[in-house]
Amino acid sequence: MSVELDVFVGNTTIMDEEVYQLWLDGYTVNDAVSIRMKSGILEQFGTTEDVLESDTMDHYRTFQMTERLLHHPSKLVNQVLFQIPPHRQAMLIERYYAFDEAFVREVLGKKLSKGTKKDLDDVSAKTGITLKSCRRQFDNFKRVFKVVEEMKGPLVENVQCNFLLSDKLARDYAAIVFFANSRFETGKKKLQYLTFEDFAFCACQLIQNWTVGAVDNMVEDMDVDLDKEFLQDLKDLKILITDKDMLDQHKSLVCTGLRGKIQVFNEMEGNFKNLSRGLINIAAKLTNTKDVRDFFIDLVEKVIEPCKADRWLISDVRAFLTQYTNSARALDGFKHQAVWERYMCVIKSCILKMYHD
Amino acid sequence: MPGKLKVKICAGRHLPVMDRASDLTDAFVEVKFSNTTFKTEVYPKSLNPQWNSEWFKFEVDDEDLQDEPLQITVLDHDTYSANDAIGKVYIDIDPLLCSEAATVICGWFPIYDTIHGIRGEINVSVKVDLFNDLNRFRQSSCGVKFFCSTSIPKCYKAVVVHGFVEELVVNEDPEYQWIDRIRTPRASNEARQRLISLMSGELQRKIGLKVLEMGGNAVVGYLQCFDLEGESGLVVRAIGTACTLDKISNTSAAQLPACNSPSKEIKESPPVHPTSHGCRSTHNSPIHTASGSRLTQSFSVSVPTLIYTGMGSGGSAGKDGGHLKTLLRQQTQSALEQREFPFFTLTSFPLGFLIHAGGVVSARSVKLLDRIHNPDEPETRDAWWEEIRQEIKSHAKALGCHAVVGYSESTSICEEVCILSASGTAAVLNPKFLQDGCLDCYSENRLSRQPTFFSTGSEKGEFDFFLQSKDSSSMLGLEDTSPPSCGFCHIPYDELNMPFPAHLTYCCNCRRQKVPDVLFTTIDLPIEAAVTGKGCLIQARLCRLKKKAQGEANATAISNLLPFMEYELHTQLMNKLKLRGMNALFGLRIQISVGENMLVGLASATGVYLTALPAPGGIQIAGKTPSDIAYEQHISNIQKKINDTISRNKELYEIHPLEISEEVIGSPIPEPRQRSRLLRSHSESSDEVSELDLSHGKKDAFVLEIDDADAVEDILSLLTDAPLPTGFYSCNTENMPGIHNWTSSIQMFTTVRVFRLNNVNVTNQGLNKCFNDLCENLLKSLYFKLRSMIPCCICHLNFTVAVPEDELIQVAATAVAMTFDKDQSQEILKSNTAPMKAISENEEQLQFPMELSSDSPSVQTFPPSKGTGLLENASPQTIQGTSRATSVDYSSFADRCNSWIELIKLKAQTIRRGSIKTTPSLDKASPLAEGHLRLRSTPSCTDSTVTVVKMTPLSFIPGAKIIKYLGIINMFFIRETTSLREEGGVSGFLHTFIAEVFAMVRAHVAALGGNAVISYIMKECVFMENSNKNQAQCLINVSGDAVILIRESEQEGVPIQTHGSTNQTPQSGGAPVS
Repeated sequence: MSVELDVFVGNTTIMDEEVYQLWLDGYTVNDAVSIRMKSGILEQFGTTEDVLESDTMDHYRTFQMTERLLHHPSKLVNQVLFQIPPHRQAMLIERYYAFDEAFVREVLGKKLSKGTKKDLDDVSAKTGITLKSCRRQFDNFKRVFKVVEEMKGPLVENVQCNFLLSDKLARDYAAIVFFANSRFETGKKKLQYLTFEDFAFCACQLIQNWTVGAVDNMVEDMDVDLDKEFLQDLKDLKILITDKDMLDQHKSLVCTGLRGKIQVFNEMEGNFKNLSRGLINIAAKLTNTKDVRDFFIDLVEKVIEPCKADRWLISDVRAFLTQYTNSARALDGFKHQAVWERYMCVIKSCILKMYHD
Repeated sequence: MPGKLKVKICAGRHLPVMDRASDLTDAFVEVKFSNTTFKTEVYPKSLNPQWNSEWFKFEVDDEDLQDEPLQITVLDHDTYSANDAIGKVYIDIDPLLCSEAATVICGWFPIYDTIHGIRGEINVSVKVDLFNDLNRFRQSSCGVKFFCSTSIPKCYKAVVVHGFVEELVVNEDPEYQWIDRIRTPRASNEARQRLISLMSGELQRKIGLKVLEMGGNAVVGYLQCFDLEGESGLVVRAIGTACTLDKISNTSAAQLPACNSPSKEIKESPPVHPTSHGCRSTHNSPIHTASGSRLTQSFSVSVPTLIYTGMGSGGSAGKDGGHLKTLLRQQTQSALEQREFPFFTLTSFPLGFLIHAGGVVSARSVKLLDRIHNPDEPETRDAWWEEIRQEIKSHAKALGCHAVVGYSESTSICEEVCILSASGTAAVLNPKFLQDGCLDCYSENRLSRQPTFFSTGSEKGEFDFFLQSKDSSSMLGLEDTSPPSCGFCHIPYDELNMPFPAHLTYCCNCRRQKVPDVLFTTIDLPIEAAVTGKGCLIQARLCRLKKKAQGEANATAISNLLPFMEYELHTQLMNKLKLRGMNALFGLRIQISVGENMLVGLASATGVYLTALPAPGGIQIAGKTPSDIAYEQHISNIQKKINDTISRNKELYEIHPLEISEEVIGSPIPEPRQRSRLLRSHSESSDEVSELDLSHGKKDAFVLEIDDADAVEDILSLLTDAPLPTGFYSCNTENMPGIHNWTSSIQMFTTVRVFRLNNVNVTNQGLNKCFNDLCENLLKSLYFKLRSMIPCCICHLNFTVAVPEDELIQVAATAVAMTFDKDQSQEILKSNTAPMKAISENEEQLQFPMELSSDSPSVQTFPPSKGTGLLENASPQTIQGTSRATSVDYSSFADRCNSWIELIKLKAQTIRRGSIKTTPSLDKASPLAEGHLRLRSTPSCTDSTVTVVKMTPLSFIPGAKIIKYLGIINMFFIRETTSLREEGGVSGFLHTFIAEVFAMVRAHVAALGGNAVISYIMKECVFMENSNKNQAQCLINVSGDAVILIRESEQEGVPIQTHGSTNQTPQSGGAPVS
């Protein structure tokens, strides 16, 4: 005796969150059944493997039918095929668009192209995430990217309106879109210690301060592209290192301010010029797309690593950066206060965020 | 020219891409009715076209209005080649023809294509202007109301129950016409859908005419079926019960100055208490009899027949049952004799309607199909059914009954053989309800009501007609012989001349009349019946192999097998009933399906322990060869297992009847001494239990003889019925005996399984086991799926079996799972062991369960709409304020915030603290407008434009009140695919199709302005596949009643329920419900 056909359809669509997660994770029906069995569900409800398999199949079919709608969450809300209570719809969407940390770290900053998609089997092998799940996550990134890329208005809001995601998830997607658009390098070995959360935070800082949207909020791509004028203006900051007097004056101001306040004062004093050069050079080079991509790597190499080598504490870094930023104001002949503040506030919060093991 | 149909096509959305080049569609719409077609403009390059057409007007006969469906076709315009069809919408405009149903159809309909399924939606508005036609010879029957539900609809009362109406129409099946060889599958499917739609319309019109002839205005328990006879044609047949219904203006309607329905309403009855169950729950009070006795005089005068005076004298005779029975028979006879078939498709009845239930009567007949030569005179099919009905009638007579209730008909077709089946419950009815002539009834009604206004000090002003008549009949003598809780169990037939061997005892309730030891019926458990413990689903399953044969020989072979199958199913039912320690079956349905090489029988029923019937004896095993010790050991082992099962079941179903001593059963009238003893036994019940368990060993036990291996198998299979998982109950009837405190959380579902029997199991035994496993597994699956609803009961769980091909068995079921409040059920049981009532309907008690449910976060309920939690940051203050506002505001607010237990708890507290009674504002619109308002207004506060539509196979939805019936939903769909694998195989294909059917039903209901479908059934699900060709086809026919529901709490102006139901605890594995 064999089952030819077996369906169960509820007027309100029944969706088991556990099975949904297994489906999202890309498990086959058989794998899902054995995972569910290990959870002791059979004993708990006194049922058999057949029943579990039939139930899993029903769910998988339902999810496959819903997937088409999940690609356009606004459609899910207005579709007629499945009667799903609103909070369940929200759950379905949120979980569908959720992504794995390991996966996003692999893909963050890469071009969301067919080529990248082809390499997903490597990502899958490396991260242990099923290829199916990798594809879903990649396609989600790409779909969100395509939709909001050219849109006017704030990035986070656009993501939220079009994909009905929660605040947190919408901000994460904004970061992903932002990184993909500027193709920031995040995969280098030196950057491996950084989490997605670190990058998402930095992205948020960049979006809020360095994009066109930071000054004018009614232009296209406002949150996606960096403000070209601003990047151009950054070149003016070079004076802080090219002008010998100004560099010395800056150093003495910082040293005066920090004396006795940080543990690594001597190291700081000895390394000041290098650090300052590093910071200013990053700013000056940002007009090159290539250097924009290396932004994070530069921060690590030029600032974070030297400080770590000298065993700076995070409080030392904070104190130094604060003092370093503020002292520039007092410099004679330094006329780029606005650009300086706009640059340094982002740099400071990024470095502080990234300054960990 | 008595009708003008107006149609407006507004817009489309989510259309499929028809032009690959542009990824867009140039859509336009054709609107066709009868032979007239209109077209909209082409709306170029859009997937969301806005046609905003003018009102297309069709001037048509009302005959056509009834028969024809409105056909809307969405097409893609193509300049160079033929226009491509995107899909169609068929709209049945019948609900618009009845003034009391819907007034406009307006909404988003899924565009359906038989090959591609749903392809977007279209927004359509439909109106009908009807001109009055007083032509006596008219062919139309506009205005007759149809109801699928098999009880009197909740907002009506039956003035007269006229009786059986039936009709059938036949036609050639388009699928088998020669033209089918050259046309596309799509064209053929559409021709079939259209034809069946047309035939259903015609059938309904013809039945309506019969109803008008009988003087009725409605058909209740309307059941329409299709027989796909293949080559020999297509038969659409319907049966129903003609009634004269009168609308009840319920309490809330009474407060509303303007009445909801437009002019046509004949007359508003004086304000009465809502029928639902309200009147019933208050019934058991002794005041009724008292006021009843005051009624005697005036009432007997008002009835111009001898019968009633006769009844009166019978009443004084008291216990002289025999005499009374004869009289009763005479009067019922006179009332029923004018009728050819005194059949009723109803399964539950107004109080006092059913006097005695005799037992199940059924008839089957095997026929060979031949081509229907003249579709206009389907004489053969008529004659066949006539024959069967005659047989049923004579069976009923043999049981001393003159009527058959819970009547239904069905067929099973395989190739050219057809089994026609009919079954029902023989019954004796109260003739009062069967009286013809509306006028009499009105006067009767008025007269019966009069005294209540005189009766000072009693608050009985709100009693409805039935209650009154019940009272009157009670003092007229009927009551004395048949107390409400046991009357229907008393035998209607002559004790000395029994139609079948039965063990009679005196009724355990009234001790005056004889009752059988077991009672099988096809009806629902009467609401007034006294029941001990809870009920449960009992199924008997059987397969019988049959040689493949042709024509006459095949038919003979089948006819020869049928009696054996019936017998075995009956035996199984009996055994399983005893095994559960119960003594009566309700809702019995025996289905026998024929296949090429086997017959499959499935009997489902709900077992209960009727307090009035004697306790069932146990099952005793008797071996044939007592010499062998090992064998005897074996036997005693089985015996022990059986005894254990029985006592376990008694625990499970809470069957702890009061122990009744032997002497009591022996004596016709209980002596005072015994009575007192009876009372005492109540308090000693704990001691009685142990006695009870012993009793089934000795007292007239049911003896099963083991004479061969088969019998052992059979008995063992008895024990293999898996026990219900904790927290689950199931039944196949409308009401679950012993459970009343439903919460508002329900989940309707359809499940279909097809099994292939591999050639291995060629014996009957093996086959039986397979089939048995199949059913058991299906049940297990349901329990697992619905586990998040525990404690819950799966109601109306009826399996439909078919044998679509050799070696294939298909089982389908549509049922509803409803959760209930467990703790309270026990309380109610304790406090109310006597006649069980639908207590939840009682106003005072209503608030109590709701408070409870809002208190416990575990109660899972369904948010009423699709709000997306926009108000999540609402402060507690807001909530407190809102909860005091009018119900409408509240609900819309409540709709928006869901899944917030904290909020809900808070609200619950607020409500408990005070302000429970908020009077609904007097200027509130009529219930209809209110319903519309609610439906229309919801989208504005949320993003979704899709109305939530609840569905249930039952005639009620717990915690909600039906305020309007919008008309019958009767839809037929065909779906076909030539890319079966790509659509996920057979399961994927059918899963999608069933979901689409639900979606279309919901859309039609929403367009009628409704928010629920009740009495929903899937009457047909014919599935055919050819995996080799990658093809499959499925036909589904569903029906139900579209209604507007409001929460009961809202109706009282207290939105208590709303917050309970906006609460959905997100649980893992949670099954949200609708």
